[in-house]
Amino acid sequence: MAQTPSLAEESGSTPFSSSQSITLRIARYNPQHDSAKSFMEFQVPYEKWTTVLEAILEVKKHFDHSVAVRYSCRQATCGSCGMIINGKPRLACFTKISELNSNVITVEPMNNFPIIRDLAVKFERLFDTHHKIKPYLIRDDTEITTNTKEFLQSPEELEQYIQFSNCIKCGLCNSACPTMATDSSFVGPQALAQAYRYVADSRDKGKDNRLKIIDDSHGIWRCHFAGSCSQVCPKGVDPAMGIQLLRGYMLGFRS
Amino acid sequence: MRESIIMKIHYGTALAAVALVAVHILMRLTQGFAESLEYDSVITNYKFLPYAGMLEIILILLSIHGFNGLRVILLELKQGKTYEKAVSYGCVVAMIALIGYGTRTIIMVNTGMT
Ligand code: HEM
Ligand code: SF4
Ligand code: FES
Repeated sequence: MAQTPSLAEESGSTPFSSSQSITLRIARYNPQHDSAKSFMEFQVPYEKWTTVLEAILEVKKHFDHSVAVRYSCRQATCGSCGMIINGKPRLACFTKISELNSNVITVEPMNNFPIIRDLAVKFERLFDTHHKIKPYLIRDDTEITTNTKEFLQSPEELEQYIQFSNCIKCGLCNSACPTMATDSSFVGPQALAQAYRYVADSRDKGKDNRLKIIDDSHGIWRCHFAGSCSQVCPKGVDPAMGIQLLRGYMLGFRS
Repeated sequence: MRESIIMKIHYGTALAAVALVAVHILMRLTQGFAESLEYDSVITNYKFLPYAGMLEIILILLSIHGFNGLRVILLELKQGKTYEKAVSYGCVVAMIALIGYGTRTIIMVNTGMT
């Protein structure tokens, strides 16, 4: 009688043939029946180029397929794989094991996000706040109608906001922000950086509208210059600077 | 009130307080620290109206700044409609009470009620 193959045989691939290995500690938590987070440890072989995401996928493939993790692009583009790696919010697909200089790697779900299971967290709040600041060009005319030109922009005008348009909505900044930790209504660094991205766009006419939205008792003024958002952003967005530039408009230093 | 107006007041009161507290400290350097706190000396200072007026202004500036700061801390600590209303009104009431109490002291000294 044919035997059911084990997961490892079924997948047809073997673990990395490396002599080096690390201990990967994965936070396990299912809010439906666990009262607290616990950790499972796995010995995972790795190469110089192995990323933390690949190590987690190795664990899923060969040791425990029930580990919950969200990922898609594996190239720091989709913003799905944010997690706390050795204490710091990072993208798992953009963090190499070799760069962490540690034999033990601990992965936990992002802070300031509700946990779905293990490493997967809910993004509703981030999407809501992102949506709230109207992340699109606001103006009466459109370049889609016939016989109109596209909206031109000089390199200098592009320079004003291009850095902020690199945001992939990974949520690492919101995870690092100390205000996000206690203020459940705070709009957060991700949405504020995007508010700046559109306000500073020369094609946009929605500045007053957007500034009004973030000028709220849980809006832009609840940022206290910790700067941790900019420290952890994997795309160089620098939300902390965007927030200060937005404050410049609101305090009358910029127009 | 718009949050940006409140925060402009918050930063403005802080800056003004830095200037006036500097004057306050310089005035206190005109005599020894212990001497400065003696009963007669305190009464004399309060009776010197320009100086008492400045102390009153510092009291108002720092009460506004301090209680607004407290409001901010409390709003970030916990959220909820009723709670946030209570915090905002509570801070305004406490601010007015503190200013009233300090002003009362200055008035009492100057009307000879001491
Ligand atoms: C005169 C010197 C002072 C300056 C320049 C100053 C400046 C500031 C600034 C800029 C903030 C906003 C910080 C932020 O948003 O993160 C702040 C907050 C605050 N201040 Fe002051 N302040 C001064 C004195 C005081 C005094 C004497 C008190 C107490 C009565 C006080 C109580 C507060 C509180 C409770 C906060 C809120 C905490 C916070 O936002 O971090 N400040 N101050
Ligand atoms: S600003 Fe940076 S850290 Fe924040 S969501 Fe965008 S890409 Fe991620
Ligand atoms: S998997 Fe897309 S950003 Fe990491």
